[in-house]
Amino acid sequence: MDLDSQEQILKLSELHGPSQLMVIIGAPDPEAAEITAETVVQGDPSYAGVLAGAQLGLDVYHVLDESISSEVPPEVWDAQIGVMGDVLEADALVAAVAGMRQPGSDSS
Amino acid sequence: MLEGRYVIALGERDGISGPAIAACAEAAGAKVVFVATECFV
Amino acid sequence: MTEPTGDPVIVAATQVLAHVPGMARHGSKPSRELARDGEVEAKFLGALRTFDEAVAYPPHQAYLGAVHPRALPARPWTDASPGDASRWAPRGEIMPEEEFLGLLASVDQANLLTLGAELADRALAALSEHPLAKHLALGQLERAKGDVEAAAAGTASCAVHLGSGPVQGALRAGDEADQSLTGAVLLENLAAKATATLALLQLLDKEQVDPGSIDYVIGCGEEAVGDRYQRGGGNLAKAVAEAAGLTEASGMDVKDFCAAPVPALVVAASLVKAGVFRRVAVVAGGSLAKLGMKFQGHLRNGLPVLEDVLGGAAALVEADDGASPTLRLDAVGRHRVAAGGSAPQIMETLALEPLDRLGLTTTDVDDFATELHNPEITEPQGSGNVPERNYKTLAALAARRGDIGRDEIAGFVETRGMPGFAPTQGHLASGLCYLPHALERLTTGDATRSMIIAKGSLFLGRMSQLSDGMSIVLERNRGQR
Repeated sequence: MDLDSQEQILKLSELHGPSQLMVIIGAPDPEAAEITAETVVQGDPSYAGVLAGAQLGLDVYHVLDESISSEVPPEVWDAQIGVMGDVLEADALVAAVAGMRQPGSDSS
Repeated sequence: MLEGRYVIALGERDGISGPAIAACAEAAGAKVVFVATECFV
Repeated sequence: MTEPTGDPVIVAATQVLAHVPGMARHGSKPSRELARDGEVEAKFLGALRTFDEAVAYPPHQAYLGAVHPRALPARPWTDASPGDASRWAPRGEIMPEEEFLGLLASVDQANLLTLGAELADRALAALSEHPLAKHLALGQLERAKGDVEAAAAGTASCAVHLGSGPVQGALRAGDEADQSLTGAVLLENLAAKATATLALLQLLDKEQVDPGSIDYVIGCGEEAVGDRYQRGGGNLAKAVAEAAGLTEASGMDVKDFCAAPVPALVVAASLVKAGVFRRVAVVAGGSLAKLGMKFQGHLRNGLPVLEDVLGGAAALVEADDGASPTLRLDAVGRHRVAAGGSAPQIMETLALEPLDRLGLTTTDVDDFATELHNPEITEPQGSGNVPERNYKTLAALAARRGDIGRDEIAGFVETRGMPGFAPTQGHLASGLCYLPHALERLTTGDATRSMIIAKGSLFLGRMSQLSDGMSIVLERNRGQR
């Protein structure tokens, strides 16, 4: 993950805490989605950024997860996501991120 | 789940972009605190 | 001159590659990662390709125009046998690193490149046999000879290697105190200049174009040449014009991240249509910074370092000649500020809106060329198949509009799309790489229209969250229908 993004996420995590803060990922590839999720849960696996070794344990979802999409007004979803829901392999992406999510991290 | 929560939108140019995630999250009542879009090509 | 009748045309397009495994270490990603870990550096250097492997690599042959991307063999392409793959292609060539170092010296106006004497002699011998030798300033190679160790040890110098071997040259800083003129920055700029010049020289040679007949050169590569007071000063185009002997030309660069080639073509065609200039060349060199960008994924998957070539491209735009493919200036798609930044919104505004304007549908376009990044390079690093996703998005939108049935989506992707084959240097993938193929398909082939769609990630510059993009329709000349 981008090093600048890692710094921003660390700051925001300290500011808002894991129960109030969540991360939504839009990666098109399951492997990339998994690495991004891993970075905000267990730390940067490439040990390149400030999140190396940082176990933030943030709540994380892929944007195509039904628990996200079901809360977005359909007209907004259609304009912003639209056919990408069909183009991307939603099930694999959702599963890749869910696999990194810590049990019980969904606070709502 | 989104209502009232702080959201970090980590988009990718080739999938769903950061601003597109942010627009969805805001419409669902979340407060978007960081938006980024990565590009690997 | 007579007034142009129809829209301007593209009369020629050429593509070149320079195989530069030794320079791959200076790509932005490897330069950071290799410095951190000697073990990674050893693995990287052990995974560089030979020149013969680079020549045989099928996507390279597609880039050179020798094979249409739809005719590429099944993957993995890294396993392909050389077959009849050649360094020389009808519309370009792939140059080995030793010669390319000599080419760098030949276009080094500031005399900042030092080459070892033996290497310089070998490069000179090889370049003297090159079909374009008479157009190259080969005397510069003699001047470049010098003490490589001393040059490499200079402040902000950049060492130059041949493959995985020892230091063979060095590029000194243009100004030791200027971050915009370090040896590493100037190597990027010089490499872009050399590849663009080679592509332009190939075009002049293959099409027998008088260099003095070109009025203007528009650069659309990724480098932003400048100094500390003006980092993106620009006009590498004019430097390329000079190096290629275009004595009557001036030039400028169009900057738009990876999308720049299509705006460059549109500006070129507009200048011609307005009668400002008669002949305008659009050129681009390769992006050294992008070399080895995804090497970690390649090494992890037992692949060689696949981002080891610099691409170059040149195209020539002039008034309607009744034969060459037309640039439809009434079908330019642009990504408006308010168009929205999601992938379907971008595709809608770039691909569908201009077709609507012409009263055409997606099935009136034979070939869509968009972001043709080689998937064998992007997939191992988790970036997926970029062109395939673009085509699926386009096909889904076409189905939604009723241009095709939902059961025709896969067929649409296969027949109107194509596999990615370009090096992962975005501007090359953003349309330039398809121009030689489009020209063939729209003249001797059986296609009527190609659409070139370019996209650029301008949010990377932190001045906006927006993307950008532009598209243009190329059409078989009315005189040929």
